[in-house]
Amino acid sequence: MSQMPQQNKKMVIKLVAIVVAMFGFGFALVPLYDVFCDLTGLNGKTSNTAAVYESIEIDESRLITVSFITRTNTGMAWQFAAETQVVKVHPGQMSQINFTAVNPTNRMIVGQAVPSVSPGPAALYLNKTECFCFEQQILQAGEHVTMPMRFYVDPQLPKDITYFTVQYTLYDVTSAEQQVALNRG
Amino acid sequence: MTTTTSEHQHDDHSHDDGHHEHHIPKGIKRWLYTTNHKDIGTLYLWFAFIMFLIGGAMAMVIRAELFQPGLQIVDPNFFNQMTTVHGLIMVFGAVMPAFTGLANWLVPMMIGAPDMALPRMNNWSFWILPFAFLILLSSLFMEGGGPAFGWTFYAPLSTTYSNDTTALFVFSVHIMGASSIMGAINVIVTIFNMRAPGMTWMKMPLFVWTWLITAFLLIAVMPVLAGAVTMVLTDKFFGTSFFDAAGGGDPVMFQHIFWFFGHPEVYIMILPAFGIISQIVPTFSRKPLFGYASMVYATTSIALLSFIVWAHHMFTTGMPVAAEMFFMLATMLISVPTGVKVFNWVATMWRGSISYEVPMLFALAFIVLFTIGGLSGLMLAIVPVDFQYHDTYFVVAHFHYVLVTGAIFSIMAAVYYWLPKWTGKMFDITLAKWHFWCSLVSVNVLFFPMHFVGLAGMPRRIPDYALQFADFNKWISLGGFAFGLSQLIFLALLIKACRKKGEPVSAQVWEGAEGLEWEIPSPAPYHTFETPPVVK
Repeated sequence: MSQMPQQNKKMVIKLVAIVVAMFGFGFALVPLYDVFCDLTGLNGKTSNTAAVYESIEIDESRLITVSFITRTNTGMAWQFAAETQVVKVHPGQMSQINFTAVNPTNRMIVGQAVPSVSPGPAALYLNKTECFCFEQQILQAGEHVTMPMRFYVDPQLPKDITYFTVQYTLYDVTSAEQQVALNRG
Repeated sequence: MTTTTSEHQHDDHSHDDGHHEHHIPKGIKRWLYTTNHKDIGTLYLWFAFIMFLIGGAMAMVIRAELFQPGLQIVDPNFFNQMTTVHGLIMVFGAVMPAFTGLANWLVPMMIGAPDMALPRMNNWSFWILPFAFLILLSSLFMEGGGPAFGWTFYAPLSTTYSNDTTALFVFSVHIMGASSIMGAINVIVTIFNMRAPGMTWMKMPLFVWTWLITAFLLIAVMPVLAGAVTMVLTDKFFGTSFFDAAGGGDPVMFQHIFWFFGHPEVYIMILPAFGIISQIVPTFSRKPLFGYASMVYATTSIALLSFIVWAHHMFTTGMPVAAEMFFMLATMLISVPTGVKVFNWVATMWRGSISYEVPMLFALAFIVLFTIGGLSGLMLAIVPVDFQYHDTYFVVAHFHYVLVTGAIFSIMAAVYYWLPKWTGKMFDITLAKWHFWCSLVSVNVLFFPMHFVGLAGMPRRIPDYALQFADFNKWISLGGFAFGLSQLIFLALLIKACRKKGEPVSAQVWEGAEGLEWEIPSPAPYHTFETPPVVK
């Protein structure tokens, strides 16, 4: 490389810098994508923190159909279901849906539910004041639990959305959790 | 290739940067140690051709399985490996190295440079390539088989549902990427710093222009591909959750990152083809290229637009309508500069004194068939229509029209056009015409009916299909076998050409050919333009 003319060397350094920057950009797309989706609600992800319910006017003129779907990821042994599958709510009206989970195995399992709203843009207008999906759930062998989810639909929901679906997918996150416990112990 | 001319020219050469020996070593060492752009170009081209035959053999397995409905020859997992590795080999092993080989041979000769700017790196960028594909191909013979998740390796297919040989796939893609990036850097530095005096930007042959823009695309997006495969690797083996919803990731994000690479990648595979056609059409029309400047601007705008259309591969992932509209319209916008190009080629031929030599035949076939592929691309860009066509054989028909009758036909045109310059002998024209006509007919029997079965709903990447698709698939397979066999004619022709059989040719080779490469003797001496030519 020492024999390389000076101008070639300069140019190579610049081009390699572009390559390195673009490699970094590939990884930067991950947080950028999350920020973009948080702002726009594009991928149907809902907020991970509880909303505060302030007394807002209930929009009696509209009735929104909200349906709930539950599924467990491959390898997740819990039985997981929504007690009510479809509700009709006025925007601004508080509702509660109960979900049940049973751990039929003979070992402790830690579960994490991840919500997804379809169509995606509705995700921004689904405000949850209480949700089991905000934290991990621990069920001992054979344990049964009823988990409430309280929500209201923001009255600013676009007029063209009259129906949306909230899907909860339950993941088994036990091994990672146990490792944390071991490290702490 | 060592002629007295080259020895003589070499003695005049005083500013030796130590990148070549005074006596070219014989045998394998010549090829292993070579830093000569012509040797490396030849290596790339032969490598690409061997990969083309291997990838083609895999396509034959696919078509044999799809000859009739039901599962008869291979099991579905192996079928998936064949579709995956066929795609990977054709994209990264055949089309891209072939273009790099042409760039190695032609860019220095076209701009009046003695060699590439970074000859040692040039040697490296070629010689890591065989290892990349050795790794990839060897995974096919390992327990569980090779990659079976499609060349697009969507997560979670490549993370949760893949086998351990995925690591080999990842490393081989890393090596291919490194090779392409090094090749691209070399092309850029050569074009920027080594043009002969008087070779201004707007005098550069279009092949050089299109390759310069391609090289910038390569250094911009190959690192993103490297990032994507690295994320797949760490998700699969090291517990990260880039694409795993359980850990807070998102599988759809994989598609965004992949296609941010993937869409510019398809232009990487077609822009040099545009350059080749823009060299060949004027020669055999005996007229200068119509609209040279507009060709340069059109190529640049295609390259820039390629960065804002990636999500048209993902219309069915549930995007909001506004985003779908944006990506649909941006995609359709690309047809404007592409249309400018097709118009310019036709306008170049207009009232030209056209002769139909073999390179021109391939170039004409390119113009017609690539335009068919472009039009089906325009259909796919329409969102509601794409919802129906998504993941059907219509998509397969579309990208094979642009890649086989587009990119590969242009490479064949280029080989026929410059082969006499490389060997100093005219190739066997009878064989070449057989190759052209057999390829032309069979490629259309192969890919055209795919439009119909796709419109009727036949899904891609499935080893079996519903009975109503049986007749068309039989024709498609027969076309496929015929196209595969036609390439053996090409192989025979190339072997014959490399053994220096045939009529000697003049320096200009083709009446009407213009450019620096046609001013040096045929065969091109081992060292050319050691004293830079003056371009007026």
